[in-house]
Amino acid sequence: MSTNLANLLYLITIVTFILALRFLSNPATARRGNQIGAAGMVLAVVVTWIRIGTTSWWAIALGMLIGGGFGAFAARKVRMTAMPQMVALFNGVGGGAAALIALSELHRILPPPGAPTVDVSLAVVLSALIGSISFSGSMVAFGKLQELIQGRPITYPGQQFVNGALFFAALGLGLALVAGVQDQWLLWALVGLALLFGVLFVLPIGGADMPVVISLLNAFTGLAVAASGFELENNVLIVAGMLVGASGTLLTLMMARAMNRSVANVLFGAFGQIQESGAAAAAGTDGGTVRSANAEDVAVMLAYAHKVVFVPGYGLAVAQAQHDLHQLADQLEAKGVEVSYAIHPVAGRMPGHMNVLLAEANVPYDELHELDEANGEFPRTDVAVVVGANDVVNPDARSNEGSPIYGMPILNVDDAQTVVVLKRSMNPGFAGVENPLFYNPKTVMLFGDAKASVEKLIADVKTL
Amino acid sequence: MSHGTLLVFEITILALAIFLGFEVISKVPTLLHTPLMSGTNAIHGIVIVGAMIVLGVDHKDTFTWVIAFLAVVLASANVVGGFVVTDRMLEMFKKREPPKQDGQ
Repeated sequence: MSTNLANLLYLITIVTFILALRFLSNPATARRGNQIGAAGMVLAVVVTWIRIGTTSWWAIALGMLIGGGFGAFAARKVRMTAMPQMVALFNGVGGGAAALIALSELHRILPPPGAPTVDVSLAVVLSALIGSISFSGSMVAFGKLQELIQGRPITYPGQQFVNGALFFAALGLGLALVAGVQDQWLLWALVGLALLFGVLFVLPIGGADMPVVISLLNAFTGLAVAASGFELENNVLIVAGMLVGASGTLLTLMMARAMNRSVANVLFGAFGQIQESGAAAAAGTDGGTVRSANAEDVAVMLAYAHKVVFVPGYGLAVAQAQHDLHQLADQLEAKGVEVSYAIHPVAGRMPGHMNVLLAEANVPYDELHELDEANGEFPRTDVAVVVGANDVVNPDARSNEGSPIYGMPILNVDDAQTVVVLKRSMNPGFAGVENPLFYNPKTVMLFGDAKASVEKLIADVKTL
Repeated sequence: MSHGTLLVFEITILALAIFLGFEVISKVPTLLHTPLMSGTNAIHGIVIVGAMIVLGVDHKDTFTWVIAFLAVVLASANVVGGFVVTDRMLEMFKKREPPKQDGQ
C-alpha cells in the first residue's frame, strides 16, 4: 500500500473521529457516533497492519490480544459508580504507550551515523515527557478514586519546590537531547523524572478535584499522541491526538469554571485539606436549629405536591439508591405529580457522572435538567428533595464570601416552597464545608441511609 | 516532499485540529460530559497505530522489541476499553418511553 493511499484512508479515520464527537452533542445520536469512531479506529489499525506487512505480525496480534482482552474485560465489569477511575486507567495506559513509542523510536534512530533532526527529537522529548506524566499521574488518580491511596491531599513542606525542581530537571534533560546530545539514557532519565513528577503532582490534589485532573491528563495524553505523530510522520496521530488535547483542555476549563475555581487553584491549592478555619467562616449557622421529619410526613408532602424536583448527589450513588429513587418518581408521577431531576454539572465524581448513574437506573434523559433550567423551575416547585448532595446546594456559595466554595454556581433549592434533605448525618460534605441550608426554616431533614430512606418513602407513598 | 515541507504541512493540520477540537466539544451538553471524556479517551487510543509501527520495524535487539510490545499492549487496552466503556454508558441514555399500559 502506498503512503498516499494509506494517508487517504487515515483521513477517513479522522473524519469518523470528528463525527463521533459531533454526534455526542445529542444523546439520541451519541451511541452511533461512538460506534462510527470505533469503526474508524478499526480501519486505521487494518491500514497500518497492511503497511507493516508480516514483520512481527504475531507479536502485534499477541499484544493486542492481551491489552484488548484486559480492556474489554475491565470495561465490561466496571460499575458505573467507578467510571471516573476507569477513565483514568485507560487514559494512563494511552500516555504510557506514547512514552514507550518515544523510547523505542529514539533507540532505533540513534546509533551512529543516525541522528534525529531537531523537530523529531523535540517530538520524542515531548511525547516521552507528557506521556510519562500522564501515565503515572493517572495511576495515582486511579488509586485515589479507587481508595487504594488516601483521598485527602497529601502535603509536606517544600512540596511545590520539589515538584518544580523535578519538572525542570526533566525539562533540562529534554533540552539537552533537542540540542543534540545523543545519548538515549538521557531520555530514560527524563522518563524516570517525569514519572516521579506525575506521582508527586497528583498526590497533593484532593479526591473531589480528581475529575479535573483526569480531564487534564486526558488532554495531556492527547498531546503526547500528537507528538508521537510528529515523531513517526503520521497524520492520523497528529490530528486525533490534538483533537483530544484541545477538547480535554476546554473541558478542564469548563469544569473548573463550574466550581468557580481556576485550574491553577485546583492543581496547586490542595483543596479539602483542612477546614478548621472554614468552620469559623460558617459561624452564622451556630444559632440555627435543624428540623427533622419522619418518612411518613415527607411522603405526604411529596404525594400532595404539584411539582417535585429531585437533586441527587454522589451520596445517592454510594447508597446505590438510584433505582429506588426512580421508582419513587414513577409512583409520584402515577399520582399526577410533575417530577424532574436537577443535575449540577459537578454532581458525582466527574462532570456528567450523575447523568450516567441515573440513565443506568432507566431515568429518561429528558427529565434530567441542567443547572440553569433547574434554577428557573425551583420558584414554582413545591418540594425540592436533596438526596446525598451537599456542596452543590450550599447557599454559602452565593452569599458568604468567607466560604471556600463562595462563587460556585449552585442549585437554588431554597427557592422551592419546601426543601427535604435526605442525609446520613450532619457531617459536612466532600469539600468539608458547613451548609446553612440545613438550618433554613424551609428545610426539613430526613436522616438515615439514602437507600433506606427512599425505600421507606416508597412504602409510605404507596399507602396514601 | 522534503522534510521541511512535510513538517510545515504537519504543523498546519495540527493548528487546524486545535480549533476543530474546541469547536466540536463546545456543542456537547453537560449531560454527556462523562461519555465525552471517555469517548475522547478512546480516540487518543489511536496511539495503537504508532505502537504497531514501532513494533513492526525490524528490531536490532530484543530490548526495543519488549518496549514496543508493551506499547502495543497498553495502547490496545486504551482503545478497546475506551470504546467499550463509552458504548456501555451511551447505551443507557434513553428518552422517555410512551406511557406504559401496565401501571403498577
